[in-house]
Amino acid sequence: MTTILRLLGGRSEWLICLGVFAALLLVVLPLAFNGYFLNLLGRYLALAFVAIGLVMCWGYGGMLSLGQGVFFGLGGYAMAMFLKLEASTPEATAKQSTPGIPDFMDWNQLTALPWWWEPFNSFSFTLAALLLIPAAVAYVFGYALFKRRVSGVYFAIVTLSLAAAMSILIVGQQGYTGGANGITDFQTLLGWDITTDSARYVIYYICVFLLLVCIVLGQWILSSRAGRVLIAVRDEENRVRFSGYSVEDFKIFVFMVAAVFSAIGGAMFALQARFISPSQVGIGLSVELVVLCAVGGRFSLLGAAFGALLIKTAEMYLSDLFPQLWTILFGLILLVVVLAFPKGLAGLYELARDYALDHFGSNQSHAALEEHADKRSLHGREEGFLVRAKRILGGIR
Amino acid sequence: MVANTQLLLSIEDLAVSFDGFRAVDGINLYLNEGELRVIIGPNGAGKTALLDLVCGKTRATEGSILFRDKQLRGMTENQIVHAGVGRKFQAPSIYESLSVFENLELTYPKGRNVIGSLFFRRTAEVEERIQATADMVGLGDRLEDLAGLLSHGQKQWLEIAMLLIQDPQLLMLDEPVAGMSQAERQQTAELLNRISQDRSVLIIEHDMKFVEQIASKVTVLDQGKVLAEGNIDRVKNDERVIERYLGH
Repeated sequence: MTTILRLLGGRSEWLICLGVFAALLLVVLPLAFNGYFLNLLGRYLALAFVAIGLVMCWGYGGMLSLGQGVFFGLGGYAMAMFLKLEASTPEATAKQSTPGIPDFMDWNQLTALPWWWEPFNSFSFTLAALLLIPAAVAYVFGYALFKRRVSGVYFAIVTLSLAAAMSILIVGQQGYTGGANGITDFQTLLGWDITTDSARYVIYYICVFLLLVCIVLGQWILSSRAGRVLIAVRDEENRVRFSGYSVEDFKIFVFMVAAVFSAIGGAMFALQARFISPSQVGIGLSVELVVLCAVGGRFSLLGAAFGALLIKTAEMYLSDLFPQLWTILFGLILLVVVLAFPKGLAGLYELARDYALDHFGSNQSHAALEEHADKRSLHGREEGFLVRAKRILGGIR
Repeated sequence: MVANTQLLLSIEDLAVSFDGFRAVDGINLYLNEGELRVIIGPNGAGKTALLDLVCGKTRATEGSILFRDKQLRGMTENQIVHAGVGRKFQAPSIYESLSVFENLELTYPKGRNVIGSLFFRRTAEVEERIQATADMVGLGDRLEDLAGLLSHGQKQWLEIAMLLIQDPQLLMLDEPVAGMSQAERQQTAELLNRISQDRSVLIIEHDMKFVEQIASKVTVLDQGKVLAEGNIDRVKNDERVIERYLGH
């Protein structure tokens, strides 16, 4: 017991938490759920990609983006376009007036594949596009906003309208995008049937693997000097600027990373849900993702990823049982989190750990906790003060 | 020393207007290498506005700011910092949720672009520099503490240390002793005298007693213009300065 507690207070805590989370995703869930449910969980994990992007962009960078759905959608649509093209062989679409193009194009009287759909015949182009296009959009958008020093509420509003504009555009261009129905009805990836149970497991594992890679990459960025620059910008933006940093570059960078993470999530969603539609791009999903991130903990990559999975799983069960009640409950959860637990589930975990260390830990683990307190205090001023004040008081006594 | 007579900063006909109000109205100011100059003047004289213009926080409408033959006008804030100008704000602006060490580490002049910062490593050299700079301002034993827990005076010193670690040729300080105790003022005066041995320092100050402790030469601003300039004793007895600023 004390050994565990000592480890939790130490510097390897994050690795232990990552290990537990990985074990949950890689071992426990696949054992506990069948292929159908695992596929659902995989879709929720796709949202976790966006949540960890928000931790970086919002929790650390202080940029509340209400338009992350745009990047999720870009990734999702890129993947769905490839899958749809693969499904739209001349043989499979022989009944159409123009065989060989996606069915919704045919319904909309298109007689040829639009030129910008052509490259999505190639899988490697699609993979590159689903990373590069969101990164480029985030760069242009971030450059335009941050260089003009747009921040705070204004940034949130602009990103919100981006999400709205994007979904309206997709719905409006039915012949090119599948409109409100989105892109559906595809079964194979490079000839491999993705509807089978074994494929579900494989794709789920790919999704988990990519999520873990993104979390590790994100943690590496946040624990580097760049992560401290982001915290510093939140504290005192002018000081950072007058210390010779181009604050905008850092904001653009994090915004781009968050966008790419979201796009990977979108692609994994399209692959597992086997559809993508404007509702995955618009305001609704974008805002929901901010809530998921806040509930999980907007200062913790693992917390946000876990929170997204937990809340969506709870929704799956509860919205079946009480369809009308779930939305209210979801709102209540958000209220409670905002008012009482600003650091979300990750904050609750920290409280529980500190309590356990206080009551059951040995002196040694206590020392480890205090040593670690400096590091943790990065995530919230209040807690740093508290830990510090406790130590000072303890010293006096 | 011959090198000391070299011009470091020459501000000529500098002006800025905000909605027609000319906060800085045609100021000329020349600063030598290694010189410590104090700017005094009544509220609204344009003192802070002048520093804002030099460090790029606000954009000048007219005039020129030459720093070692480099035109600072039109450069971004971080470019000006890279050119060798450091600026301290009036209220201590430090990163309260980071430790003193991390505050200093963040201002260490390396890895200040995105890629560089990702691969920045804490080397022995960095740690030494940080320790030495912290010792200089009397914070050597507070490195592990959260900056938010420092006293007001210590926060001011920390910010000065953050500038020193960048080793700027020109250091601009906006009322560094405001809100400090008498003892802290004394220590700050000593610190500034030590700092100004290796670089030029431009200080805005209200406290005449403190000014006398540190300055040899002062510039008096009033309504965006230079009212008087020169030796502290001469300026103190200048009638216009007494009338407009010092009072009787």
